[in-house]
Amino acid sequence: MSRRGWFLIGGLLVSLVLAGVVSGFASSNPDGLEHAAQQGCTVDDQGEIVDGSCMAQAEQEHDLADSWFADYGIRGIENERLATGLSGVVGVLVTFAIGGGLFWLVRRRRPASAEKPE
Amino acid sequence: MDPLALHAADGVIELPVASAFAALALGVLAVCLVRGRRQLDDRLAPMAGLVAAFVFAAQMLNFPVLPGVSGHLVGGALAALLVGPWVAALCLSVVLIVQALIFADGGLTALGINITNMALVSTLVAYLVIAGLLKVLPRTRAGLAITGFVASVVSVVVAALAFVGQYWIGGGVELTVGLGEVAGTMAGVHTLIGIGEGLITAVTVVTVARVRPDLVYALRGQRLVTPDSPRVPATGGAA
Repeated sequence: MSRRGWFLIGGLLVSLVLAGVVSGFASSNPDGLEHAAQQGCTVDDQGEIVDGSCMAQAEQEHDLADSWFADYGIRGIENERLATGLSGVVGVLVTFAIGGGLFWLVRRRRPASAEKPE
Repeated sequence: MDPLALHAADGVIELPVASAFAALALGVLAVCLVRGRRQLDDRLAPMAGLVAAFVFAAQMLNFPVLPGVSGHLVGGALAALLVGPWVAALCLSVVLIVQALIFADGGLTALGINITNMALVSTLVAYLVIAGLLKVLPRTRAGLAITGFVASVVSVVVAALAFVGQYWIGGGVELTVGLGEVAGTMAGVHTLIGIGEGLITAVTVVTVARVRPDLVYALRGQRLVTPDSPRVPATGGAA
């Protein structure tokens, strides 16, 4: 296989390990935007807003909150680390397929005579 | 995991404003597609797909930045370094669309807001920093690492402030704390997130440059100068 082919496979494997395994150890604390969105509100232990006014109050539930992979889980799998890892693997493959597929479809095609074998 | 990540949820920015940014994003993405096509050949197309997949994976990895606060890489700087600004914006948009449609991460009506900030603003700012720094810094591993680091920090902070700007135009809730205070929090937290992103970006881009320098768009086909590689003598330079 070409060196490019190996690089592609290596890169995909790294991505799959990051999304499939390392993701299980990621922090689940509110992120930067979420943190700032609660500024001005009082939040209780459950993370519920009890008082004040802040950006987070305008947040609506996601339209697809009940979908199969919502929230990087998998419906029906209780083990959170397993569900996150599996949905991460699905996400990497889907993103590669959609991204790579789109870029492949729109790519600039050279006349066949200009193609040089590697 | 938490219901909302760095990505804005529906409703935070009022619908008319969110729709306007969706239209803006669509227009800019059309330009990116036209310009990106000129670069995308049989070689680059699968690599660009890989960049999107890698950014998706890296965005799942929230790292702690303050007690009780986390953040994850956005990826604008990394993608711009690897595939150039036009294709990078397309890569990031693919990631954000997959996240919103399949993983319910980032609202559907907020998609235009999220693409504007994380795909367009972050990539544009990162690329301006990259283009500037690569002109003045040496083409060494350290030079490339510093470029990736600075481009990450600046691009993430500007993208975060872009969100504050959008909230100023069409925020869903009247705030009692001033928007300036929110902007300060956003900039502060995202500086820390940007530092984390900068480290990841620097390590990743230097690794790629060592293995396959031809796959780093920002280097334009040039190899990095390493301490043990003979320097190309300046014109007429006899040592």
